[in-house]
Amino acid sequence: MSHEHVSNTAGIWKVFAILSAVTIIEVILGILKPDFLHMNHLLGMNLLNWVFYILTVFKAYYIVWSFMHLGGEKSSLRWAIVLPVVFLIIYILFIFLTEGHYIYGVFKDSTIKWNF
Amino acid sequence: MEATVTTANSEDKTWGGGNEPMGASYGKMMMWFFIMSDALTFSGFLAAYGLSRFKFIETWPLADEVFTHFPFLHGVSAPMYYVALMTFILIFSSVTMVLAVDAGHQMKKNKVIVYMFLTIIGGLIFVGSQAWEWKNFIKGEYGAVETKGGSLLQFVDKDGNRVALADFASTLHGERVQHTSNKGTWFLSEGELPSYSLAEVQAGFKAHPELSVRIESIYEATPDNVKDAKINHDLSKFKHKTVLSREESISRLADGHYVVEGANLIRNEYGNKLFADFFFFITGFHGFHVFSGVILNIIVFFNVLIGTYEKRRSYEMVEKVGLYWHFVDLVWVFVFTVFYLV
Repeated sequence: MSHEHVSNTAGIWKVFAILSAVTIIEVILGILKPDFLHMNHLLGMNLLNWVFYILTVFKAYYIVWSFMHLGGEKSSLRWAIVLPVVFLIIYILFIFLTEGHYIYGVFKDSTIKWNF
Repeated sequence: MEATVTTANSEDKTWGGGNEPMGASYGKMMMWFFIMSDALTFSGFLAAYGLSRFKFIETWPLADEVFTHFPFLHGVSAPMYYVALMTFILIFSSVTMVLAVDAGHQMKKNKVIVYMFLTIIGGLIFVGSQAWEWKNFIKGEYGAVETKGGSLLQFVDKDGNRVALADFASTLHGERVQHTSNKGTWFLSEGELPSYSLAEVQAGFKAHPELSVRIESIYEATPDNVKDAKINHDLSKFKHKTVLSREESISRLADGHYVVEGANLIRNEYGNKLFADFFFFITGFHGFHVFSGVILNIIVFFNVLIGTYEKRRSYEMVEKVGLYWHFVDLVWVFVFTVFYLV
């Protein structure tokens, strides 16, 4: 195997602590919904949702890099996995969300009455 | 043994076989590429959910009003706590999995057995929790009325708290027998009838003057809305659902045509029809992944027990199944955010 066989139990528990802490923060924010985050918007999304998405990606990084040990693989494998996924996800989100917003506009501005 | 585990080779025989591209064994690399394609599948689903949500951005259900149950706490509104618990269970089973992989590298068979066992237990608890979550979602709590236009009317009291149909619907004496295929002129049957007929809900609503109808639209204090006499401005709050005035409530309810209780793939009492469809499909697909992960873990667990990997002098199989298990956890992190937080 390509990586050395040193036990890294302490590191595993550290990552567990980080993931738990982030989840607890998410739940507290989700229940309290502080107004300064929930009522302020950036690029069409409120700050609270931005915080949630950033924390989610933060957790995903620790799961993939530490638990799945991608951080310890060769850089060719790392890039072969991460690059297509990141690129395609950003691409599909851009297309789908733009389209969804467009259809919303069509419904809103059309002469069809939706709630009859 | 050479077929299942490849070991590092020296640089000088690149073309001599037994080579490892990207420094990973065949099985591990293929597991990575499978995970990659599966991640893209899930991204497609979540992106489709995002599209539908953006399409109906003003009427989409609010998650913290839908998922409010916690075991043994009946009638207590506990948003998020239960899914947070499920998230912890899954993260913890990921930790025991990575500890099993770590013990495998040390060739400590007994430790691998203990940690694999804990991982399987964690996975089973998670699947069970999800089943309970589905049960509550399908059963519903308050009930609602669907109008002829397909929008949904929910009921609130004078403080804006939700009211269940059972709390106000009056009992009318009418015969409405469930239609079965053997009684008709044509072989059609119908689904289970709701507990209350539409007429009973309408009569009960008229008899309770403190009730109002809550519609799907999320309230915003625009100049037009503030002047609108059809809206109850005391109960409608910014970023919450709009509550109608009493007169408007009665006239909207007169347009009702169906009593909705709980959720299925056709309609649900929470709001937009697509909401339940996506909930069932995405959490169901994830739950199916957890279930397959548990099965794979059990197979590997028994292989560890009978010493297959001890003979192979490598616990790489634990590592591969571990990759899949962490991926399931990874997907849940995103599903948790998209369905319950945002």
